[in-house]
Amino acid sequence: MTKITLNLLTGRTIQQGATMEGGKEKKAYTKACAIIEMTPEDMKRLNVWKNTNVRVSNEFGSVTVKAVVADQGLHPGDAYMPMGPWSNMVVDPNTYSTGMPTFKGTPIEIEVAINEPIYDSQELVRRACGLKV
Amino acid sequence: MANIVSDVICTFCGTLCDDLEIELSDDGRKIKEVYHACAIGAEKFLHSQAEDRITRPRMQDDDGNWTEVSYEEAAKYTAKILCDAKKPLMYGWSSTSCEAQSVGHEIAEAVGGMVDNTATVCHGSSLIAVQDVGIPSCTLGEAMNRADRVVFWGCNPAHAHPRHMSRYSVYPRGFFTGKGSKSRKVVVVDPRKTDTASLADAHLQLEQGRDYELLSAFRVAFRGEKLPDFVAGIPKDQIYEAADLLKSGRFVIIYFGMGVTQSLGKNHNIDIAIGLTRDLNDYTKAAIMPMRGHYNVTGSGEVLGWQFGFPFCVDLSRGVARYNPGETSSNDLLIRDEVDAVFVLGSDPGAHFPISSVKKIAQLPSVAIDPHLTPTTAVCKLHVPVAFVGVEVGGCCYRMDNVPIESRKVVDPPEGMLTDQEFLTMVLGEVRKNKGV
Ligand code: SF4
Repeated sequence: MTKITLNLLTGRTIQQGATMEGGKEKKAYTKACAIIEMTPEDMKRLNVWKNTNVRVSNEFGSVTVKAVVADQGLHPGDAYMPMGPWSNMVVDPNTYSTGMPTFKGTPIEIEVAINEPIYDSQELVRRACGLKV
Repeated sequence: MANIVSDVICTFCGTLCDDLEIELSDDGRKIKEVYHACAIGAEKFLHSQAEDRITRPRMQDDDGNWTEVSYEEAAKYTAKILCDAKKPLMYGWSSTSCEAQSVGHEIAEAVGGMVDNTATVCHGSSLIAVQDVGIPSCTLGEAMNRADRVVFWGCNPAHAHPRHMSRYSVYPRGFFTGKGSKSRKVVVVDPRKTDTASLADAHLQLEQGRDYELLSAFRVAFRGEKLPDFVAGIPKDQIYEAADLLKSGRFVIIYFGMGVTQSLGKNHNIDIAIGLTRDLNDYTKAAIMPMRGHYNVTGSGEVLGWQFGFPFCVDLSRGVARYNPGETSSNDLLIRDEVDAVFVLGSDPGAHFPISSVKKIAQLPSVAIDPHLTPTTAVCKLHVPVAFVGVEVGGCCYRMDNVPIESRKVVDPPEGMLTDQEFLTMVLGEVRKNKGV
């Protein structure tokens, strides 16, 4: 199975902001945030259609989200995830003595994971914390 | 006649828009429509009306079953975990009023807590830089009336502060900027071609994480010195051109965001951005402003500042206020297992902290005070829903340019629900009882 390495950026999108205010337990929030944006070139390299489930992982963790083409253009080699519990499964928690985790610029690996489920925000975090769901 | 409340403040982002109009039902109990707000602001007001809203505190057992408890029981539990802990973390504070923050700080002082706000994952790096090198800044009103050169560096207001450009930075007609957006040149520096970048006169699409180099290159270009052919992936001609554009302005305002504060380099990226602003003042007038996220994260820094002397990462566990980001910051404390209880108010670390920190919260005695259901409330032992500040209760908030704005109450909270200030006051009473003071 193809696996590619990208540089992950995370941050706000207006859909993330609006659906968050609409309720983080709702489907709309998952739809807006459980995604990873890539360039069309990188989608091709990964051999994936848009809206396919992919597993994003690195030394900090792993999460399943949908692959989509970035609507705000990226450099090839960069990927973007809206801020939220999905992206925070793989961001670099190191603060290097500043207090600030490294939310932008984390190396990640991506591979197709068609059969893996995408959890909603509450279930995702409860599972990751070893709590009953 | 429609029942309209005007001049309502939007308590979502640091732009703190103060021109909303809200249409209420005839009996004044329900919000029917929100005018002038952006998509996020409107959703905030409308969601507060949701039928499935949680209106009473709840505790969860080990199997994840929730039981409703009274506010009195919730206050007792909260006071107990804070008093029992050696070093409780009291985090959040950015989505509430300054009045509630102040009561929270009294509790923190009594229990010897670690008080930190969302700047810790947002503009904390900027606060450190400001302490190191100072900051030449201004208000949004000055920027609107004067700035004819606008830089957005590592921020994307089109998505994060949707009305910032129309109210203050790009489109409004000001005293010296009478032609609105035609009086201004906009430069965007961002590794993505963001929706903000697509409106700009110049977009420097640098390689991610190389802001420090590009900022240095600007300082070189201002002085007319030589640059290598490319810096951070940007051809030198583009840098010289943008530098000239800024120098030729009458007033330059630089807005910056998470692109610089969260990339490697962190506070040093801001140091040099402030240095660049200082340099520009040799040629014209220039100011710089962080694009603060939560509507009252700035206020939390202010209140902590005037009460304890530091804007975030305040350690009260030794009886005096200490401050040392990297040590007394939430994520470092959690990662190093240094706190033994977690209290969260007006923030959602469950969604916005790295998962390694969230796992630690889930293992500790914990309480989340939040009107919403969030990943934080999902892992905390106690969830205390409270009224929405700026919708169901007023209170003082600080806009991103440090201007205080009094938010307004529009409707009553659901029957029997407390505000966060009322709940905190109950907790403070319990804490005093426990401590015998
Ligand atoms: S820009 Fe910010 S303060 Fe203004 S309406 Fe939108 S969310 Fe509210």
